[in-house]
Amino acid sequence: MKINNIGYLLKEGVRGIFLHGFMSFAAVVVTVACLLIVGSFSILVYNVNILVDRLDKTNEVMAYIDEGLSVAEAKQVQTRINLLDNVYKAEFKTREQALEEFVADHEGDSAFSGVQAEDLRHRVVVTLEDNALMEQTVKELYEIEGVVNITASYALAEGFSTLQNVLQIASMVIIAVLLLVSLLIISNTVKMAMYDRKDEIAIMKMVGATNGFIRLPFVVQGFLLGMLGAGLAFGLEWLLYDFLVARIAELDTLRMFQFVPFQQLLVPMVCTFGAAGLFVGVVGSWTSIRKFMNASAK
Amino acid sequence: MIEFKKVKKSYIEGNKALRGISMQIEDGEFCFLVGPSGSGKSTIIKLITGELKPTSGSVHVNGYSLERIRKREIPYLRRTVGVVFQDFRLIDNMTVYENVAFAMRVVGARTQEIRDRVPYVLDLVGLETKSRRHPGELSGGEQQRLAIARALVNNPSTIIADEPTGNLDPARSMEIMTLLQEINNLGTTMLVVTHEQNLVEHFSNRVITIEDGLITSDRMDGHYVYEDQ
Repeated sequence: MKINNIGYLLKEGVRGIFLHGFMSFAAVVVTVACLLIVGSFSILVYNVNILVDRLDKTNEVMAYIDEGLSVAEAKQVQTRINLLDNVYKAEFKTREQALEEFVADHEGDSAFSGVQAEDLRHRVVVTLEDNALMEQTVKELYEIEGVVNITASYALAEGFSTLQNVLQIASMVIIAVLLLVSLLIISNTVKMAMYDRKDEIAIMKMVGATNGFIRLPFVVQGFLLGMLGAGLAFGLEWLLYDFLVARIAELDTLRMFQFVPFQQLLVPMVCTFGAAGLFVGVVGSWTSIRKFMNASAK
Repeated sequence: MIEFKKVKKSYIEGNKALRGISMQIEDGEFCFLVGPSGSGKSTIIKLITGELKPTSGSVHVNGYSLERIRKREIPYLRRTVGVVFQDFRLIDNMTVYENVAFAMRVVGARTQEIRDRVPYVLDLVGLETKSRRHPGELSGGEQQRLAIARALVNNPSTIIADEPTGNLDPARSMEIMTLLQEINNLGTTMLVVTHEQNLVEHFSNRVITIEDGLITSDRMDGHYVYEDQ
């Protein structure tokens, strides 16, 4: 591609946009709407993932230590537990600390009065990196000498894992469908511009323009439409997110939901919107011009 | 040079458009191609411009072997062959200048080259004073001259004119044919498809007659053999 052709291609790309102004407007609006939903869903999934991760970390595995071991020996068991791959944190508690917590939890409950520290075992409270691997990790814990019993809530771990998986699959499906919708709309806009200029294209072919040269103005048109849609969607997403986060922060009932500030999402969001705009614009126009060129070559 | 050797062309529907044609048109030659509708003239033009491939036989145009030409080479073949049509095929929303410049632009010519070449070619076809007009403001003869300028601007070694005078009155037809003859005198190979017996005989160039997919006459004396029904 010669440098002196770049100006021509850009000019033709812009001309294509205005040739079917309303259709271009519709393409940008649909792209903005789709990317806005895609972006909102991505941010929601991101925030929910953080929330689930935080909740996940509260799902602990309790490893009880052989009562015949001294505190120093029991602490060595804790060190060995810490060496396991999936262990995020292993916190040692003596039987005295365990009793204090037990009494505090059952304050005023006469049935538990008279429980002595000697009735309890030293224990290690284990937080896992990935609760989906809980069953495997529990097996490894049992293999550590000095661990005599373990309590773990598999159901809760599975619940979190399922929730994350469902959210991820649902978001992927929604993102794919909406990107496809944007792609089709842009493809259609470019197709209309092409049919409008089919005589010009025939003349271009007749005088010896290469297929690449004929295609490029339409790809530029699709690219500009896609990027315009992406830019507008990004700006709207930012405004909308900040507005909603501010409103949610005012509500006491939704205190548990802590959303990350948009500034923290800036780079991934710019990349996501940019890539999506590029994808729907370039792929949308490329597919329609390819079909058109193949059809007109016959 | 254009060379056909035992060229046959059948369409998918089974219609045999060409049934074994051999001919050679040398560089710088002026040749008329005459014959009734459906005789295979358009198929010959499409074979020369790479729109079609022969079913059998070989076609050589300006150094390209068209029976085995690659798709990506076709634009470069077309830059050596300018084409003029009966219906002009101009872009109505572009000026005379832009129509010609467009043909240079789309093959990647530099702006300065375009600025130098387009006025020269418009002058050659007598449209230098109408460069800012649109095709709709021109007469039929002027529109055809514009189409010739566009075919000429990329300096092709061959020009193919498909019924270039079909939409013009006799006086304008003579003007256009004279212009094509002048361009040929400058060294461009010319292949003109026409039905107009008086023009063919007036210019006394080579005449190839084609009927039912076969060459029935090839004469150097400008003699029009085929009688239009």
